Amino acid sequence: MQNFSAASVNFSQTRKQKGEYTTAPFDPRFPNTNQTRNCYQNYLDYHRCTKALAAKGKDTKLCDWYRRVFTSLCPVSWVKRWDEQREQGTFAGKI
Amino acid sequence: MAHPSQLGFQDAASPIMEELLHLHDHAMMVVFLISIFVLYIITLMITTSLTHTSTMDAQAVETIWTILPAIILILIALPSLRILYLMDEINDPHLTIKTIGHQWYWSYEYTDYEGLMFDAYMVQTQELPEGTPRLLETDHHMVVPTDSPTRMLISAEDVLHSWAVPALGIKTDAIPGRLNQTTFTTSHPGLFYGQCSEICGSNHSFMPIVIESSTLNSFETWSNLMLEP
Ligand SMILES: [Cu+2]
Repeated sequence: MQNFSAASVNFSQTRKQKGEYTTAPFDPRFPNTNQTRNCYQNYLDYHRCTKALAAKGKDTKLCDWYRRVFTSLCPVSWVKRWDEQREQGTFAGKI
Repeated sequence: MAHPSQLGFQDAASPIMEELLHLHDHAMMVVFLISIFVLYIITLMITTSLTHTSTMDAQAVETIWTILPAIILILIALPSLRILYLMDEINDPHLTIKTIGHQWYWSYEYTDYEGLMFDAYMVQTQELPEGTPRLLETDHHMVVPTDSPTRMLISAEDVLHSWAVPALGIKTDAIPGRLNQTTFTTSHPGLFYGQCSEICGSNHSFMPIVIESSTLNSFETWSNLMLEP
């Protein structure tokens, strides 16, 4: 147990030095094994957020949290497919 | 890892597997006690010349053999449920690793580490380095830091697969279009082997899984090396 806490402290320190790459924390909206919706919702939220903020002319840096969560959770191929669909205007979600 | 004369489970490499082994031993003890008792009664019954004594109106024995099995079942069910809920627990993971099943290899994505991604193919027998297990070794290991709670997200690109590592007590279906989550913490450094556990086509037996648990420093070195082109 001693070992365990030591390792976790070390880990968060190394991560903090590098800054950006903290992983997505537990989300009480998605407590189940199935995390498909968790990934999708954060992808939607990110693009809704950037759209809304860009419309108001505000800095979209505030949306980075959603981006971090969906990049942590979503398989790369899914993100690529959705990005392509958004470009072609065939994306099924409301953004 | 598994070895030829193995009868029981592999050694536990995670706290959850440790719990599962205890549950197994506990249930086996109950099974042995019941089996021996039943065998003893059968021997008594076939070696006696008395038949049909006290088969009517034996209220005491009726009560006992109704209540006792119920208690025994509860004694097995409660620890089993305890572990079931323990396995569902997500203790703030330190990192997230995604694995995607393909026909016929696993690909791994460490998107917390920029674009760290790779495919893990089985090493063919003729190319196998000496001392590595045949049909279990892959060209890339999934490296994790020891003692770090890790979130595994499992999916598939084509057909059903299943990502299983017995030493860690993990088996999770990989389903196209769905993302399944499981967590594990390795309790000591080492190599832990697993195999695809859902019939997925002709090379189903040849898409093994290798987890390499090492210190945080080695993990950081490895991730940096993997990111260098
Ligand atoms: Cu498979």
